[in-house]
Amino acid sequence: MVSPALAPDDVVNALSIEDSIAYLKSKHPDAVADDEREGYSGVLVQASKLVEVARAIRDDLGFDYLSSATAVDYLGAGDHMEMVYHAYRTSGGGALVFKAQTEREDPEIPSLVRVWRGADFQEREAWDLYGIKFPGHPNLRRILMWEGFHGHPMRKDWREAYYEEEQKPFDNRWPGGHAHRSEEKNVFGKNVTYPPDIDLNRLMDTSESEVYASLGLGVDVERILDKDGFETNELVVNMGPHHPSTHGVFRMVLTVDGETVTSLEPVMGYLHRNHEKIGERNTYLHNIPFTDRLDYISSMGNNHGYVLAVEQLMSLGRKYNPPTYRCEAIRVMMVELSRIVNHLWAIGFWLNDIGAFFTPVLYFIQERERILDFFEAVAGSRMMCNYMRFGGLFGDLPERIKSVSNLTNDRIRDYNTMQFLTEMVNERIPRTIDELEQLLTQNEILLERSIGVGILSGDDAINYSAAGPLLRGSGVAYDVRRADPYSIYPELDFDVAVEQDGDMYARYRVRVTELRESVRILKQILPRLEATEGESIWADGKPGAYAPRVPFGEAYGRVENGKGELGYYVVSAGGRGGSSNPWRYHVRAPSFINLTPMGLMSSGYKVADIVGILGSIDIVLGETDR
Amino acid sequence: MYGTGLAKGLMLTLRHFIDSFVDDLRYGLRKYSHSTDNFGLRQGTEAKGVITVQYPDEKVAVPERFRFVPFLIVEDEDHPTRSGKDWCTSCGICAKVCPPQCIWIVRGNDPNTGRPVPEPEAFFIDIDICMNCGYCAEYCPFDAIKMDHDYELASYDRTSHHIHDKEKLSKPASYWRSIAPTRAYEEMLVRGTWEHKDAAKEARRGSASPRASSRAQETQAEAAPAAVATAAAEAPAPPAAAPAEGATPWSEDDAKREERRRKALERKAKRAARSGG
Repeated sequence: MVSPALAPDDVVNALSIEDSIAYLKSKHPDAVADDEREGYSGVLVQASKLVEVARAIRDDLGFDYLSSATAVDYLGAGDHMEMVYHAYRTSGGGALVFKAQTEREDPEIPSLVRVWRGADFQEREAWDLYGIKFPGHPNLRRILMWEGFHGHPMRKDWREAYYEEEQKPFDNRWPGGHAHRSEEKNVFGKNVTYPPDIDLNRLMDTSESEVYASLGLGVDVERILDKDGFETNELVVNMGPHHPSTHGVFRMVLTVDGETVTSLEPVMGYLHRNHEKIGERNTYLHNIPFTDRLDYISSMGNNHGYVLAVEQLMSLGRKYNPPTYRCEAIRVMMVELSRIVNHLWAIGFWLNDIGAFFTPVLYFIQERERILDFFEAVAGSRMMCNYMRFGGLFGDLPERIKSVSNLTNDRIRDYNTMQFLTEMVNERIPRTIDELEQLLTQNEILLERSIGVGILSGDDAINYSAAGPLLRGSGVAYDVRRADPYSIYPELDFDVAVEQDGDMYARYRVRVTELRESVRILKQILPRLEATEGESIWADGKPGAYAPRVPFGEAYGRVENGKGELGYYVVSAGGRGGSSNPWRYHVRAPSFINLTPMGLMSSGYKVADIVGILGSIDIVLGETDR
Repeated sequence: MYGTGLAKGLMLTLRHFIDSFVDDLRYGLRKYSHSTDNFGLRQGTEAKGVITVQYPDEKVAVPERFRFVPFLIVEDEDHPTRSGKDWCTSCGICAKVCPPQCIWIVRGNDPNTGRPVPEPEAFFIDIDICMNCGYCAEYCPFDAIKMDHDYELASYDRTSHHIHDKEKLSKPASYWRSIAPTRAYEEMLVRGTWEHKDAAKEARRGSASPRASSRAQETQAEAAPAAVATAAAEAPAPPAAAPAEGATPWSEDDAKREERRRKALERKAKRAARSGG
């Protein structure tokens, strides 16, 4: 083995994770130490040296992609705050996990925005939810909660307005469960506190400048609004949160010079429900249906990422059976079907945004309907599938997709499942994709609207932690299914879709190619399903327990979802504080992080293009705001 | 040539437009008839036209695994010994696995011994909170709680109608067999009987042959139902008795609670008397 400290650059770049850690330790002997806690991996970095070490990780070791940056509150377990970073190489491979710790009181960790711009929103989220300050961050403001919110809700000692108990299941549900409504016991309005320095009158103030007061606009709103001052054509335009083009309750504040956008600030959090706090109150099992509600277009993919993370943790224990082959095949099939659904919607909505109003999307979703019918017959629900379990699935594929009349004027359907799937994969979905291409790919209006608009360069895409079609449309062939494979993807034959131009049209092309690749994968899955017919979906033949034993440790499960890389960072406390509840449950939401380069991609384009650029990122607010 | 891509796309739109009429001509009024075959054609692989389902005039029947707000299974009315008895043993697993914690169970206690009896005294599900995940049905060891297919639950007043109590939740086992025949059959194979597990156990314990207690249309069955206070509603779809407007079934006073407990005990005593004699 080459001695890490002396190796030339190209050798260093190819170092394994262990050698990379050795290299870091030899370069910064007093700042880097192994994380020796049970079930943990990676290194602990001294906060004061964090930026230096991060630069070494990026430049010397080639971990150019910061996937996730998140905080953990270890109240009662060391009493410190911790930032956890997962860095990857865009050439593929596993994660280099590094962490920095700080005090719980007045926590402070240097910002990594100058190293990875992708840390921008994630650090703001850590400030918002954990109260960790990031010196060096250019715009450290709340991002999900509103300015004037009292406290930092993800801290373990913070309690929500309708607080019942630390952890589910709640004691008063059984055996003495006399039902009550929580709003009867706890009248809304009496359960809200404000920070001492907040001026409540300010919240009522609707003057123009106050509306934008909490934003970090790179523009002086006062000056622009001052009619007697400089003569200027600049204007602040507020789009959203209630605007049909924002795909939900999402707000963009633009400053425009004439028709040209000079800067753009995304404002989010209108659909925030503190999914992660709920997730920490929940047991491991409880969280699966909650993940459905993140990116509600592709709930199968959300399930998959989460069960992968928890299965990683469970595999640290003694008693763990990995899922059977049939189970994995069904999982991959479901995920690929939901990727098709996702991309059909993404392209359809994007067309709505740039003016092809609903005709194309309605053609596409005919096929989606069929896929959802299939989901309904297999998992029980069209969108909130809740299908995957730790080490298995809710149920095997039914023999027939059959409906039973229950209500009057019901229409009944009855198909053989495999026949239905074969027909869908070999005929219907390819036909729909062909139609989609015929309608759009050479359409001159579409070409003129989308080519050269919303450009994001490959380097920027990596640096801003963009993921999914947004990253691959910028010439970076990074797909988690290939770069860091999971499930049975290694044995499946498919190509990573990639386009070089980095504009809206390139993203569209990536999605179309991915649709075709998904069909290709599905064609390989069908014979695998037939071959495993009769095999159990559970390793030991019977369904898993409702309270699985999850040993101490941390895990980061990530999957390539339709919208990009979806990651779950789960920390298990083992027996500490209840064995069946995760200590930390974090979602690396692609819709959220993909908005980081939104401002960069938008400046210089026309207002009408902004709507299209947002559509071409493909966000879903359930996941953005969590 | 500039514009060919556009023209091609428009041709496709035109084709879709024409196809929708072609389908109309092909099926004519049959399209709107109630025949299953025609609906299958319209929705099938060969169909070209509009596949829209005209809700609420027509509805797509939901598949067996479809899940919506849970219900409790009670023994069929014509069961010889256990007519109308809950399958639920109030073990509380459903309340524990419920992610939004919308299930409330009062475990029944024997007033004489104070020991728990395997029967819920009260059972509430707040359907405003229920997220239809289906865990309760999935993890119930007694097959006593199942997900329903009736998704039309809208009402004018959420405060009085949306906490379902035991009366509203209970549906006979035959209803479950009618909405999910395959799964009911599979569950029967696992349980070894069409009735509740305990029925088979009781039958084994008693001198009677297992046949005698199995669900059958025997002569004893005719006498039994009339005596039972809370007879299960008619299969398949029992119209739940609507509580009076403005009533709050969950926040009842102690007197009512006492009344309910008394009735439950009466039922129990009757059953005991029957099985003893």
